[in-house]
Amino acid sequence: MAEPMRIRATMAGDVADVKVLMNHPMETGLRKDAKTGQLVPAHFIQEVTATVNGATVLAADLGTGVSKNPYLGFKVKGPKKGDKVVVNWADNKGDKNTAEAIIG
Amino acid sequence: MKRNLTVTGMAAVVLSLAAPLAMGEVSVEEYRAMLADKDANPGFLVIDQGEVLFKTKRGPKNATLEKCDFGLGAGKLKGAYAQMPRYFKDTKRVQDLESRLLTCMTTLQGFDASEIKKKTFADQRYNETNTDIEMLAAYVAYQSNGMKINPPLKHPAEKEALKVGEAYFWNRQGPMDFSCATCHAEDGKRVRLQSLVNVYNKNDVQATMTTWPTYRVSHGVARNMQHRMWDCHWQMRTPDIEFGSPATTALISFLTHQAKGGTYDLPGMKR
Ligand code: HEC
Repeated sequence: MAEPMRIRATMAGDVADVKVLMNHPMETGLRKDAKTGQLVPAHFIQEVTATVNGATVLAADLGTGVSKNPYLGFKVKGPKKGDKVVVNWADNKGDKNTAEAIIG
Repeated sequence: MKRNLTVTGMAAVVLSLAAPLAMGEVSVEEYRAMLADKDANPGFLVIDQGEVLFKTKRGPKNATLEKCDFGLGAGKLKGAYAQMPRYFKDTKRVQDLESRLLTCMTTLQGFDASEIKKKTFADQRYNETNTDIEMLAAYVAYQSNGMKINPPLKHPAEKEALKVGEAYFWNRQGPMDFSCATCHAEDGKRVRLQSLVNVYNKNDVQATMTTWPTYRVSHGVARNMQHRMWDCHWQMRTPDIEFGSPATTALISFLTHQAKGGTYDLPGMKR
């Protein structure tokens, strides 16, 4: 089961600054297991979406170039304090996670 | 690729990349600024995990660690790390945070210390996640964030640890005949691109000691001072130093006293 995320969303003028930390091993598929010599299968977050009050504001395809425990920061124009941000991710093995935060 | 990056109504996206790209001086500054951004510090994910672990009943005695005494009384976490290492009456020795955690995991939870010592650090070569003790140390240390480094120096054992630690720091040993001082007692030294802390330079040693435990980006895990001691012994090509041993707590006592007065800025994030 996926470990919790952390989201921080704050208004700066009319722009919401959203910062997301995701717990994930982000295996590239290129790493060899030193004990067995076998490649460790790729395991990475593939899709991230973010909504503000239900409307999609970000949809991203991630790949294996992104580090372990990824950090994603983005800015959205328009929301107000108290609006709800929801972030979802899905990885290439079908695992999913979701978290939400109120914009402060 | 069906869809690369679609963003509506947004100005900028920052993603943590596995390896920083080619960097000139300017982008090194940018990289440092990003490392200093607490909201971008995955160490917080580890602190959260440590908190859950700390408050979960575990071990043969099915107990939490909430009654652990880090020097200010059972269960008093706030500011405790800022006053460690210190002498503990029950164990009759000077302990740092990690060796104290080991004590509590043994006495309160009934874990076997020698079992825990077999695996104290996540191995980044296998992309492992943090060990329990790494998560716990990150959590407990964070309860001293913003406080000043102020370890006690009253008990004779505390004074002895400080002295032994400094002597050890200068002691040359191992196949390379290195001492800690070979690398860490002058300004401006570096190994490859890593600048090395001078523990006799107040600003330098405070900048170092106030930012441990730290999230090490190259390891993808949060590390603690015991790991740094082990890692630097590996740098010296000596045998592994024992987790929580008197030698490690003496060294950590010395380093912590050198940095006295610095303000904890946790969790740290380093390369
Ligand atoms: C051969 C050189 C060398 C020796 C000898 C050495 N270290 Fe280090 N030390 C390093 C390097 C390299 C780093 C990592 C610097 C980096 O990654 O930025 C480091 C990092 C550290 C740090 C953390 C610095 C920071 O800013 O976070 C501490 C503390 C430290 N060493 C203490 C010691 C102690 C104590 C000893 C003796 C037991 C020792 N070192 C021996 C090379 C050495």
